[in-house]
Amino acid sequence: MTSTFLGMPGTVSMMGYSGKEGFPDNAAKAVRNSQLRFNLRKATGTIRERRASVVAELPDWQGLRQAGKAIKDHTLRDLDAYLVQLEEAVTEAGGHVHWARDAAEANRIVTGLVKATGETQVVKVKSMATQEIGLNEALHDAGITAYETDLAELIVQLGDDWPSHILVPAIHRNRSEIREIFVRHMAEWGRPAPETLTDDPAALAEAARLHLRERFLSTKVAISGANFMIAETGTLVVLESEGNGRMCLTLPETLISVVGIEKLLPTWRDLEVFLQLLPRSSTGERMNPYTSMWTGATEGQEFHLVLLDNGRTDVLADKVGRQALRCIRCSACLNVCPVYERAGGHAYGSVYPGPIGAILTPQLRGMGTELDRSLPFASSLCGACYEVCPVAIDIPTVLVELRARARHGVAERAGMAAAGWVFKRSGRLARAQRMGGRMRRLVPKRLPGPLGGWTDTRDVPAIPKESFRDWWTRTDGGNR
Amino acid sequence: MNARDVILARVRAATEGAPPVEIPRDYRGPAPASQTASPELAELVADRIRHYKADVHVVDEAGVAAVVAEALAGRGAGRFVVPEGFPREWLPPEGFEWVGDEPELTASDLDAVDGIVTTCAVAVAETGTIVLDAGPGQGRRALTLVPDFHLCVVRPEQVVAGVPDAVARLDPARPLTWISGPSATSDIELNRVEGVHGPRTLVVVLVR
Ligand code: SF4
Repeated sequence: MTSTFLGMPGTVSMMGYSGKEGFPDNAAKAVRNSQLRFNLRKATGTIRERRASVVAELPDWQGLRQAGKAIKDHTLRDLDAYLVQLEEAVTEAGGHVHWARDAAEANRIVTGLVKATGETQVVKVKSMATQEIGLNEALHDAGITAYETDLAELIVQLGDDWPSHILVPAIHRNRSEIREIFVRHMAEWGRPAPETLTDDPAALAEAARLHLRERFLSTKVAISGANFMIAETGTLVVLESEGNGRMCLTLPETLISVVGIEKLLPTWRDLEVFLQLLPRSSTGERMNPYTSMWTGATEGQEFHLVLLDNGRTDVLADKVGRQALRCIRCSACLNVCPVYERAGGHAYGSVYPGPIGAILTPQLRGMGTELDRSLPFASSLCGACYEVCPVAIDIPTVLVELRARARHGVAERAGMAAAGWVFKRSGRLARAQRMGGRMRRLVPKRLPGPLGGWTDTRDVPAIPKESFRDWWTRTDGGNR
Repeated sequence: MNARDVILARVRAATEGAPPVEIPRDYRGPAPASQTASPELAELVADRIRHYKADVHVVDEAGVAAVVAEALAGRGAGRFVVPEGFPREWLPPEGFEWVGDEPELTASDLDAVDGIVTTCAVAVAETGTIVLDAGPGQGRRALTLVPDFHLCVVRPEQVVAGVPDAVARLDPARPLTWISGPSATSDIELNRVEGVHGPRTLVVVLVR
């Protein structure tokens, strides 16, 4: 499972971040970028407020949240049966179902399906699953150009950049940076940006509309993900805002959807829960502008569904960690996370950043690299992520569990062993405390050697002259 | 073993011994079928759709054609798609050219018209959403996507209170499109900006 690929290979350098350096180094770099910090603070601040107000509007939010959690757990418990039911329903409705054990297999299947159509261009709707498997790169190697159509994905693709947020992959870019990218790079991919383009968001949206229009009307193959799949009916559901999703799902002759096996819901009725939880948690709206639902081959389209494992069954086997599979990728946990807000998404070195990334990435990819081992520590355990999570994933608990499993550094292990020896007997502790008290002026501000890592980010606590026990004995609890 | 069997076997091994999970449904479900449209719902749905910067008109059935005429005239009198099954009495008698989808219009044809008028299957008051199911008066999904202008007429009995009511009424075998306001994006600094790939103008006519 250490070989599971998540779009950003741990050992290959990615925007100056690499799997060799842990999260702390990546974060330290990111924090020095004040533009990035400013952009993130502004964006996450806005969305936090909006989410809070639309969530407060629903008197039964906690009931919906508990139902959402239970529906997901229930599905995961009987995932095999529900997958088979889904396959039957989709096939019955004229769709074709494919199964992919890992990223390579999924890429092979999709590439083969596109090649069979004879087309060399595809349009894509934003999808975490296809980012996770590095589908665009695989298609490129096969001579197929994939055009991202989501505005934020377009910004990322044109800027030759990496996504930094689940929902808004270009959250690290502000409007003037976006304008720059459009003016410089749109021409390389198709219709150039208008010469008079300003950084007014409406003008930027208009530029994207014009740039992609012709492509939507002429491209014959589309690739999407899905937010939900309904086992009972074989229905797929995609929530979006811009209409690029509808364009891709509706106009092309062939539609290929790549979906993680955990995206399943048992019944049609279950959507009544998730269509309330997701939009309010993600963009902070009562409802997102467009939601498309289709069952099998629709309106004469050829439809393929690729069911993706890619490490998910490993996560499922973990009693504590499996709750991460409940995730509906709303990104609320990113938006409230004090660590994410300062470090940004790239520091996590995976398509899944933020609190959910900190628990999902090491589970999917294993803890083979320094980066992946350090991810469970990329948190202050404040618990804000758990509170906002619409499916009540207890991220702090999973983080603590993963921390225990991460291999700790030599100095830390030696230190902990020594502390364990001292704390085991009260006599040892008393002697150690007295020695500490006598030598307290000699303790340096920065600890030497391998212990220095600890004091890089903390002050050495002041050591008291006398321990509490000694003080109690000497003064009889303050009476003398 | 093929990929399917491997994945299913992995799932079974991973979930072995996990206890069954009950689903508590401790939230507001669909209202009883006997409960019909109320003036409060009509007011709420108008309010919530307006919130997305769509144009909303509330009229008596007899006044629909006049409101439609006014809204379309605002686009410069031109060619509008009218799907099969759209009530003729809701169309202004003159001044516009009506285009049918028979034979099927191409994407480029749709790109060239001035807009589309439709009915809907359901409207959700709490979220300000209209849902299209490709039924009579609505047509294929592309019809309400490619043109830059969409006018939708909603009958009072189509308005339901919340999402659970809508889910209960809809048929998953049909292609469904849930529409909440004109197309928009939150991708620039996480603020909603109206008008990307879908219709940039949405007009909703609510029949009293
Ligand atoms: S973990 Fe919860 S809050 Fe975070 S993205 Fe997933 S569903 Fe949303």
